[in-house]
Amino acid sequence: MSKKTIRPVLPLFIAASLALAGCSSPATPSPSSASQGAAGLSMGEPWVKASADGMTGAFGILTNNTDRELVVVGANTPSASMVELHETVKGDDGATTMQAKEGGFTVPAHGEFRLEPGANHIMLMGLAKPLAPGDVITVELETSDGGQLTFSAPAKDFSGANENYEGSHGGGESHGTMDHPSAK
Amino acid sequence: MKEKPTATEGGGPPRRHLLFGGAAAGLGAMAAVGLQVANSAGRESGQPGPEPLHGAAVVPFHGARQAGVGTPAQAHGVFVSLELRPDTTREKVRALLMLLSDDAARLTQGKAALADTEAELALHPARLTVTFGFGPRLVQLADPGQSPGWLRPLPGFSIDRLVPEFSGGDLLLQICSDDPVTVAHARRMLLKDSRSFASVKWVQQGFRRAHGTERPGATMRNLFGQVDGTANPAPGGEQHERTVWGGEGMPPWTPDGTSLVIRRIRMDVDTWDELDRPGREESMGRDLANGAPLTGVAEHDEPDFAALGPHGFPVIADFSHVRRSRPEDGSQRIFRRAYNYDDSPPAGGVSESGLIFASYQADVDKQFVPIQQRLDELDLLNKWTTPIGSAVFAVPPGCLAGGFVGEGLFAGD
Repeated sequence: MSKKTIRPVLPLFIAASLALAGCSSPATPSPSSASQGAAGLSMGEPWVKASADGMTGAFGILTNNTDRELVVVGANTPSASMVELHETVKGDDGATTMQAKEGGFTVPAHGEFRLEPGANHIMLMGLAKPLAPGDVITVELETSDGGQLTFSAPAKDFSGANENYEGSHGGGESHGTMDHPSAK
Repeated sequence: MKEKPTATEGGGPPRRHLLFGGAAAGLGAMAAVGLQVANSAGRESGQPGPEPLHGAAVVPFHGARQAGVGTPAQAHGVFVSLELRPDTTREKVRALLMLLSDDAARLTQGKAALADTEAELALHPARLTVTFGFGPRLVQLADPGQSPGWLRPLPGFSIDRLVPEFSGGDLLLQICSDDPVTVAHARRMLLKDSRSFASVKWVQQGFRRAHGTERPGATMRNLFGQVDGTANPAPGGEQHERTVWGGEGMPPWTPDGTSLVIRRIRMDVDTWDELDRPGREESMGRDLANGAPLTGVAEHDEPDFAALGPHGFPVIADFSHVRRSRPEDGSQRIFRRAYNYDDSPPAGGVSESGLIFASYQADVDKQFVPIQQRLDELDLLNKWTTPIGSAVFAVPPGCLAGGFVGEGLFAGD
């Protein structure tokens, strides 16, 4: 998986406060949209940003119901030609960038891993067709131990999650980390 | 910001300060944390904890019938009528209803909607309900065969001065809560999920007494000062059941469905002011102080329409509202769930007030229309009231978890 850098348009401190706020309300996965994987991993509150053009992000809350750490290492969907796991990282200079997460998403034992706009997310590129609000896509996640988790996510009309790639975005092409002035 | 001292009995610190301190930190989440701190502090010091906050009160969303009809009216209500885009397909209608049902299911339970950018505003539902009503076009798109005969604009009445800005629409959202911030958040969230399918045709924002001001179930007063809705069949009773959800000889359009008529009734409070108290009571046929009929002493006393005064005239005048609105046919009943409105006055005026008259009944033609016809023919109150908006909606049944409101229109799929 090639390393790519995305610059979040949302100031990261806003994303951070959203994440904090989320912690105050225990998330209850909706029975209608949550999926349970064979490996004891589940996806709650899944959704994807509606998109008229080629790429978008998918979000939700991964919950690990097992006694051991689970690592999501890959994702795919019939709705897009390329799917990547993206993370937000802070450089030595305090600047934050988004990039493909090399080691995947590590969901702690009996813990959760949040996928949110402006933070960790599943990146969908090369959408097969425009994703309209209310459309439902199916995404399959793969864990390092060979487990699979399939979930469906409704597309929502969402103004945020405007991540801009720096430079071109070709397969295998590596981009250096682009600094983004932190909004502090 | 002024803050009244609260919870100072027992010499403890006002607990609300903790809450406010948290909120002042600028994060909604911190307010919730502050509350938890306040709760545990009360317990540890042996003092009784603060009363549960009303913001946590929840009305179930899922069920055979939609909430927000038999639910005791919340203090704040907004009615939003949406117009589907011209190219809307049946599939789009379904997608919209699924999105909105999911939002409503979460928000009413005090949870953020999916993709909710102001998640903290969802945490205090304060009895939030979201009720959906379908206009003629939506039902025509989804399943024309199910469209009830009464799902069309009401017949014109001579007293009507209807304006399009408050009339009609394809999809109604009735959003009610005891907290106006909660209403605003739910409204925005639902409209964000609607905007690629529909545009806002009109919005009517209304209010009643604040939560806790009066005993629950008290008949509301309108801005004429009248006790308004005494004859309303109380939720839970047999009359209410039949009036709203139908029964023998009065079938609903679909089981556990009903209808909603929204009339915006402008009340000319300026000319009403010219009328003295006896005249006001005569026009209504009720005592202003407690709403009792002029032949009785208590609000719920049955009016005696045959009673005559010393000069041989009826005590309750023939032109009075209570007499004209009371049908001789007992099946002609409606259930009203009205809200006051008080908008910015026109230039030079001081008031632009009235009533958002939301009326639920199993069959518009059999119940609402005959009553309105009687009032149209004669009702002294017509002198001060003018219907300026009118809309009719079919209210579908509720849904269970995983379903969506309106799924019955897609049952054959």
